[in-house]
Amino acid sequence: MANLSRRNLLKVATASVALPMMGANGRAADALKVGFIYLGPIGDFGWTWAHEKGRKAMVDALGGKVVGDYVENVKEDASALPVLRDLAQQGHKLIFTTSYGYMDQTVQLAKEFPDIKFEHCTGYKRADNLATYNSRFHEGRSVLGTIAGMMTKTGTIGYLGSFKVPEVVLGVNSFALAAQAVNPKVKVKLIMIDSWFDPAKEAAATETLANLGCDVITSHTDSPAVLQVCEQKKLFGFGQGADMSRFAPNAHLTAIEDIWGPYYTSRAKAVVEGTWKSTDTWWGFKEGTVVISPYNKSLPKEVAAAADKIQAGWKDGSYDVFAGPISDQSGAEKVKKGEKLTDDKLATIDWYVKGVEGAK
Amino acid sequence: MSMDLIISALVTTIGITTPILLAATGELVVEKSGVLNLGVEGMMLVGAVTGFAVAFTTFNPWLGILAAAAAGAASALVFGVLVLTFGANQVATGLALAIFGIGLSTLIGAGFVGMIVPPFTSIFPEELARDPFWRLIFGHSPIVYLALIMVMVVAWFLKSTRWGLVLRAVGENDLSAHSIGYSVIGIRYAAIAFGGAMAGIAGSYFSLVITPMWAEQMTAGRGWIALALVVFASWKPGRLLTGAYFFGVLMTLELYAKASGFSFLPSQFWASMPYLMAVLVLALISARERTGSEAPACLGKPFMPGE
Repeated sequence: MANLSRRNLLKVATASVALPMMGANGRAADALKVGFIYLGPIGDFGWTWAHEKGRKAMVDALGGKVVGDYVENVKEDASALPVLRDLAQQGHKLIFTTSYGYMDQTVQLAKEFPDIKFEHCTGYKRADNLATYNSRFHEGRSVLGTIAGMMTKTGTIGYLGSFKVPEVVLGVNSFALAAQAVNPKVKVKLIMIDSWFDPAKEAAATETLANLGCDVITSHTDSPAVLQVCEQKKLFGFGQGADMSRFAPNAHLTAIEDIWGPYYTSRAKAVVEGTWKSTDTWWGFKEGTVVISPYNKSLPKEVAAAADKIQAGWKDGSYDVFAGPISDQSGAEKVKKGEKLTDDKLATIDWYVKGVEGAK
Repeated sequence: MSMDLIISALVTTIGITTPILLAATGELVVEKSGVLNLGVEGMMLVGAVTGFAVAFTTFNPWLGILAAAAAGAASALVFGVLVLTFGANQVATGLALAIFGIGLSTLIGAGFVGMIVPPFTSIFPEELARDPFWRLIFGHSPIVYLALIMVMVVAWFLKSTRWGLVLRAVGENDLSAHSIGYSVIGIRYAAIAFGGAMAGIAGSYFSLVITPMWAEQMTAGRGWIALALVVFASWKPGRLLTGAYFFGVLMTLELYAKASGFSFLPSQFWASMPYLMAVLVLALISARERTGSEAPACLGKPFMPGE
């Protein structure tokens, strides 16, 4: 378990350290070694936790054929490079880098280790041995937006974001458009806290949104802090990445759950069978990577029905939140009537839709 | 901005400021005794997880705070043994303590991830805090008042008590203090334990008040801000209080500016504002007092009477 390798020393040196933890279940001599680097701690109950669940599901599904190791709390800067190199040198043949900020480091490592397959989550740079994958979280955001638009009494809903990266911007836009569809006058107030995980700042930002009149608040950061504040202030919120109802039994209306297991299993299997190719995978409701948690019992029937309808629409392809006309914050038309935002545009989006306040 | 909104913003500011103020007050005493303990972040996390674990098991947040203080002090004393008894390098040992605390708290907290306790909010009757203005006075967790009281106690202790004078003497000139019969090592142990206890309570503010749960590394770097604050305050409790609230106000302003769409400056600028201000103030202080630093003269130096 605790091997005093160079990785551990390096981790100390970069001060990005928790206890060196290595999953080591059922190591077989010829098993495929799969490595993961995680942004947060596996106990964050959000983003990293969901990836960890996916890793475990992969190991369980493929039995003794695959071994999965991970390094948690890896920063999105140059300190990710030595961690990745170490995974590569320890014989991992498939490495998943599970955050947007690892993009350039993953590209560099893919060049250094052409025999190793890399997979970068939420990015867009690919190579022969570097695939990208993502989940259509924004599909889930449109369900939350629908619920928020119908549940708000003040007509102002809050959105707590992390960084202005395409994945987060998409979520904001999808949420706002869906809310506007059911409640044309609704305003979405947005705060970006420049961090993925900082419970104290998340809580302070939630208080700020509440003070500015928001009565339903959703978040795209990694801790349940937002929900806990909503629970105390008797507002509504949503879980992010996992069902977080235990943190806020009354405030938690539902959650978007990230389910990575099926993808990790299919990719590890492809490497074992020699069929792995560099691809760009973007699964959603249809493939089961985006799942909406059970609704809160207090959710009115008509709201639940509207939310169900959106989910069903994504699954059978009859609904797309990014169908035009859509204009940006300044009012300029970005998507014409009858057109839709293509996947290319979605993956690089950097503008907010009309009705989003407080961002740039 | 209406009055209600200003008061609500102040309540948020107090929430942000309290843990930093607590940890910095403890560290100020430690540094005044001539010891530099960089392990604040680690001690805070150990306090956060212990406070949560005890409050969760005993259903008593007061016991949680006591346990957080004890755990913070205990982890500080590990540092104390290494640097005082064995003369280890304080900077390296302090950094090691920070990393050790992160790991240890993760280990202790593994079984508590996903659990919650009731938030440890105001102990005053709810009617008292209904009006916004009274909420500003009576609407906080007891830890908030404790933080304010402790700054005043420390200011009084250092300025007006005999033992406060002895502690300062130990920090300014350990050999002289030793030669007139004071136990330099003993006093430094006491200061280190006090600093650890305060950091532990600061940590419990995260796990019992702000977000009543345990999450790994939930203090998210506040320990480092507390360290900077002590220097920022040039080791004076009064300036520490002002400085902590200055940081808190800036952080709150950042959030309001973002939510209100003040987008003439990029959001990253707002996020870096407290740090920019810290650099600026430090530069101003050192320009004004170039003749002599206000740091305790023995800060960071091991005490070796035999040499």
